[in-house]
Amino acid sequence: MTTPNASMSAAGPPQGANSSPSGGSAAAFVSLAASVGVLFDYLLRLGDTDVVLAQRLGEWVGHGPVLEEDIALANVGLDLLGQGRMWLSYAGEVETRLHGKGRTEDQLAFLRDGGAFRNLQLAEMPNGDFAATMARQFYFDQFHLPLLRALTQSTDPRVAEIAAKSAKEVTYHVERSVDWVIRLGDGTDESHARMQRALDDLWMYTGEMFTADAAELALAAAGVGVDARALREPWLASVGAVLDEATLTLPNGEWMQGGNARGGKQGVHTEHLGHLLTEMQFLQRAYPGAQW
Amino acid sequence: MTVADSCGDTIAVAASLRSRPALDVVWAALATVPDPEIPVISIVELGIVRSVSWEGPQLVVKVTPTYSGCPATEMINTLIRETLSVLGVTDVVLVNQLSPAWSSDWIAPEAKSRLRAFGIAPPHVTGGRVDVSGISPLRRASVVVPCPRCASENTQLLSQFGSTACKAQYRCLDCREPFDYFKPH
Repeated sequence: MTTPNASMSAAGPPQGANSSPSGGSAAAFVSLAASVGVLFDYLLRLGDTDVVLAQRLGEWVGHGPVLEEDIALANVGLDLLGQGRMWLSYAGEVETRLHGKGRTEDQLAFLRDGGAFRNLQLAEMPNGDFAATMARQFYFDQFHLPLLRALTQSTDPRVAEIAAKSAKEVTYHVERSVDWVIRLGDGTDESHARMQRALDDLWMYTGEMFTADAAELALAAAGVGVDARALREPWLASVGAVLDEATLTLPNGEWMQGGNARGGKQGVHTEHLGHLLTEMQFLQRAYPGAQW
Repeated sequence: MTVADSCGDTIAVAASLRSRPALDVVWAALATVPDPEIPVISIVELGIVRSVSWEGPQLVVKVTPTYSGCPATEMINTLIRETLSVLGVTDVVLVNQLSPAWSSDWIAPEAKSRLRAFGIAPPHVTGGRVDVSGISPLRRASVVVPCPRCASENTQLLSQFGSTACKAQYRCLDCREPFDYFKPH
């Protein structure tokens, strides 16, 4: 049911406990382990997307078009990093429940290889120009806030409180990326053209946000997670309204990356993630256990 | 120092039980801890210390972050431990409490005027945000944020994200000074 957690971490726990439920006297135990394993994987999806996008935004520091935007990009990245830490810390606690020994947020972030990351492919897309960065943020923010709002109703109280905390911060992200899409779209010919191109280029990575594999559907049925498929229509409506205002055109390509449960959420990534991780993880890989 | 070192464990335990300051003394001590980024207000006025309680010999302090990525959080935890150790309280458990999520509405009213004097426009009450525009609901009318220096209401938003996660950048179009606005949250 779930993809195995192919950890490369030296500190990682044994894998394979989250296999499909089977018969026998241990069925109840296996079922519990499977459901906890599914939650662990789901928390990685939430946390990894935040951490990877935060790393991308951090790449802008010192390179922003103006000082205010440089700072704003770093601030949004910082919010996402804080949120990612909360998800990954919880994931580590869930892993302890599962295996008796879980990893810390730092071990999860810095000591897993690309194939063990569960982030959306959209999050790992390169920064490109400022329009590409804002298009990526806009597509994601418009999905992120409704997702978090839905997760505030989770039957898992920890998931609910992390979501509530995060949603307040993401409200500002939404306002900012909407402002920029409108300003660039309804700006000069050059800014309009670049914004449209960025929206078109990234479009094929938006479909993955609204996929739900068996693991996610099981969590949604249990009231812990959200069936992301239900977020697609409202997303199309709100994205479309902003693009109308921005004099931009909603891309209409139907083919999407990451379909058939073979996307970032299952550990299948673009060539960009590995490069991002070499930079993000360098210090802990070269100097294991180094402390600030 | 040498006298203390020569004392046995029994005396140390007795001393720790004797030195359990009353909770109002603990609150008063924490009220002297300044926010590292905004030193004119204390962490108690900021509303991030949610509760203090004794559980046996342990003092449990529940702290909530303003923003989840706030880099001052660890500094604040260190300052809390240092301040409490001056009171003789060293067995401290710091609990990071996420719910209910922190709100700028919790900032003490008297602290808001000190924020202004420090050059930071204090936050509006979150219920009072203005979101009306003659053009389109997507092009938001900004709230009026008076300049903390000259009180002019002729100010302009530069960026939703300022020198820290909790602040936005504005400028005054009359006195021409840039300033921070503590965002309603």
